[in-house]
Amino acid sequence: MAARIHGGAATALSTFNPKKLVAPSRTNLPAARSSKRCIVAGGGSDASKKSLSVRHSQKLIANAAVATKAETSATTGTGHELLLFEALQEGLEEEMDRDPHVCVMGEDVGHYGGSYKVTKGLADKFGDLRVLDTPICENAFTGMGIGAAMTGLRPVIEGMNMGFLLLAFNQISNNCGMLHYTSGGQFTIPVVIRGPGGVGRQLGAEHSQRLESYFQSIPGIQMVACSTPYNAKGLMKAAIRSENPVILFEHVLLYNLKEKIPDEEYICNLEEAEMVRPGEHITILTYSRMRYHVMQAAKTLVNKGYDPEVIDIRSLKPFDLYTIGNSVKKTHRVLIVEECMRTGGIGASLTAAINENFHDYLDAPVMCLSSQDVPTPYAGTLEEWTVVQPAQIVTAVEQLCQ
Amino acid sequence: ISDDSSFYGGHGIVGAQVPLGCGIAFAQKYAKEEAVTFAMYGDGAANQGQLFEYICLWDLPSILVCENNHYGMGTADWRAAKSPSYYKRGDYVPGLKVDGMDAFAVKQACKLAKEHALKNGPIILEMDTYRYHGHSMSDPVGAHTFTRDDISGVRQERDPIERIKKLVLSHDLATEKELKDFFINLNIDMEKEIRKEIDDAIAKAKDCPMPEPSELFTNVYVKGFGTESFGADRKEVKAALP
Repeated sequence: MAARIHGGAATALSTFNPKKLVAPSRTNLPAARSSKRCIVAGGGSDASKKSLSVRHSQKLIANAAVATKAETSATTGTGHELLLFEALQEGLEEEMDRDPHVCVMGEDVGHYGGSYKVTKGLADKFGDLRVLDTPICENAFTGMGIGAAMTGLRPVIEGMNMGFLLLAFNQISNNCGMLHYTSGGQFTIPVVIRGPGGVGRQLGAEHSQRLESYFQSIPGIQMVACSTPYNAKGLMKAAIRSENPVILFEHVLLYNLKEKIPDEEYICNLEEAEMVRPGEHITILTYSRMRYHVMQAAKTLVNKGYDPEVIDIRSLKPFDLYTIGNSVKKTHRVLIVEECMRTGGIGASLTAAINENFHDYLDAPVMCLSSQDVPTPYAGTLEEWTVVQPAQIVTAVEQLCQ
Repeated sequence: ISDDSSFYGGHGIVGAQVPLGCGIAFAQKYAKEEAVTFAMYGDGAANQGQLFEYICLWDLPSILVCENNHYGMGTADWRAAKSPSYYKRGDYVPGLKVDGMDAFAVKQACKLAKEHALKNGPIILEMDTYRYHGHSMSDPVGAHTFTRDDISGVRQERDPIERIKKLVLSHDLATEKELKDFFINLNIDMEKEIRKEIDDAIAKAKDCPMPEPSELFTNVYVKGFGTESFGADRKEVKAALP
C-alpha cells in the first residue's frame, strides 16, 4: 500500500521540496507499514476531494479496528506478554548483555531496584558499579554520566522523576547537547537520559512536569517518548545504540500497560512516528499517555461516523514530518493532542512546523489541545481538568470537521 | 504552608528548600529582626549540594537542620555519601550532632543554635533519628531496609515518648502505678480526643465540595493585574468543558 498523493497537490509539488522531509536513510515511500487499511465506502480518489460535509451526510462507517498495530508483532504468533516497565527492563538488560560499556546510574536504581522497578534485578546480575546507586544530586551524576560517555562508556542515566532533571538542566544543555559541536566532533556523548514524567495521579505540581517542552530547544539531543511496551523496549534499545544523546520520556501512568511483544530481538527507529489507526477525515497527532485518551475518543468518533487517523509521533525531536506530511496531505485537517502546556510545548512546535511545511494542504487551521498553563493541582478533579480529556478531543474533531 | 505561623512549607524537589530558608534568613538580617530561620532537610537531600558556601559569607542567622534517619528512600546514608557525618559537612560552619529521639536534647540544641545564629552566624544541627515507616506511600516499610525486630527494638529503646516516661520514672517524679493510672486516664482521654479531632477533620474534608473548575486558574498570578492565566499569546484561557 503506497501513500496516496492528493491529485491537487501536483502543482504544489513544484514549490514543495520533499527533500526537506526525507530522512537520509529513507529514499522511497514506506511500503506495507500499516497492516490494516480501512476501506472507505464510496472511495476512489474523488472521495478525498469532496467536502467532508457531503461525506458526513453519507454516514460512512469506518470498519477498521480502533487500535491497530502497524508492526507485525502480534502476527508472528509467539511472543511473550509483559508490562511496560518489564519491557524497558528487558531492553536494558539485553543491551547490557550485548555491550559491556553500557551502565546505569541513578537514584535507587541498584539495590532498591528502581523506583518504578525498571532496573529490578540488574544490580544483582551486573554488580554495583555497573548499576550505580548515586546520591541525590542530579546535576552531579548527570554530569558524571556525560563525562563517562565522553571517554567510551554508554551510561543510561535515570531521573527518578523527570522534574528532578531540572536540576541537571545545565549539564544536559551545555555539556550533553553542545559538547559534540564545540569539540569539533571529537567527543561523542552516547548517553541515554530517561525517566518518568507527565501528570500522574495527584502527585502534585512539582512531580507532574512535562520536561519535553523545556528540553526541545537544546541543540544536539534527540527526544523520544514511548507509549506501549513494544515501542518502549524498541526505543530503549535504539537509544542505547545511538551515538547521539537521547532523552527517553516515559510516563508515570503507563508503566503497568500490558502487551505481547516478540521474542526475537527488534529495535524501533528513533525518528519514526507510529501509525496507530489509519483514517481519512482528520489527522490526530499525539504521543505518550495522550495516545490512550485519543484512542478512547476515537471509539466515540467512529460511532459518530468520523474516521480519524491517529499517529503517535514518538519522536519529539526531530519530528517525523515524513509520516506526518503524508497524513496531512491525505486528510487536510490536523488536531494535535498533547500533555504539555499550551505555551511552548511540543504541540506548539509541531503546529509551527506543520503550518510552515504543509500550509497548502490544510483545509482548516491546525488545532492543538494541550494542558492548561497552570501548575498541576493536587486536587483530583482540578488535575483532571488540567489535562486533555477524551470528551474535549471529540468536540475538537467535530469542530474541525464541520 | 502558613504565612502567619512562620511555617514556609515542605517542597517537592529534594534540597530545593534550603536556599529558600537561607533567603528568609537573609531577609531577617536585612530587616534587622532578631529572628532565626530553621531550614530542614534530610540525609538524602544533604548531597544535593546547594547548601553551605554562601551562608557564611554574610553570617546569615540560619540554622540548617539535617534530619538523619539514615535512609534516603531506598539508599542507606553510608551508600550515598562518603562522609555520613552531616554535621561536619559545613567545614567552617560549626555543627552539632544531636540525638533526635531525645526531646530535651533537641530543645537544648535548638536554644543553643538560636543564640549562636544570632551572635555568630550559621550552625548545622544533625538530628540523629529513625524511620518507622517507609519514605512515602509508594515505599512500604520492611520492603528491604528494616525488619520488624529492628523497628520494635528502636521503639523500645529510643522512642522519644517512651524515653520521657522512663526519665519520669527513674527520677521518682511518679511511681510506676501513678504513672500508669495517670497515663491510662490521660491516654484514654487523649487518644479519644485526638482520634475524634482527626475523624472530625476527615469528615469535614470529605464533606467539603470538590473545587470548581474556575479554581484551576486562581493564584497563578497575583489577582487584579490582568488575566488569570495566559500563555505566550496573552490569550485568556479558561478550561472549556464540553
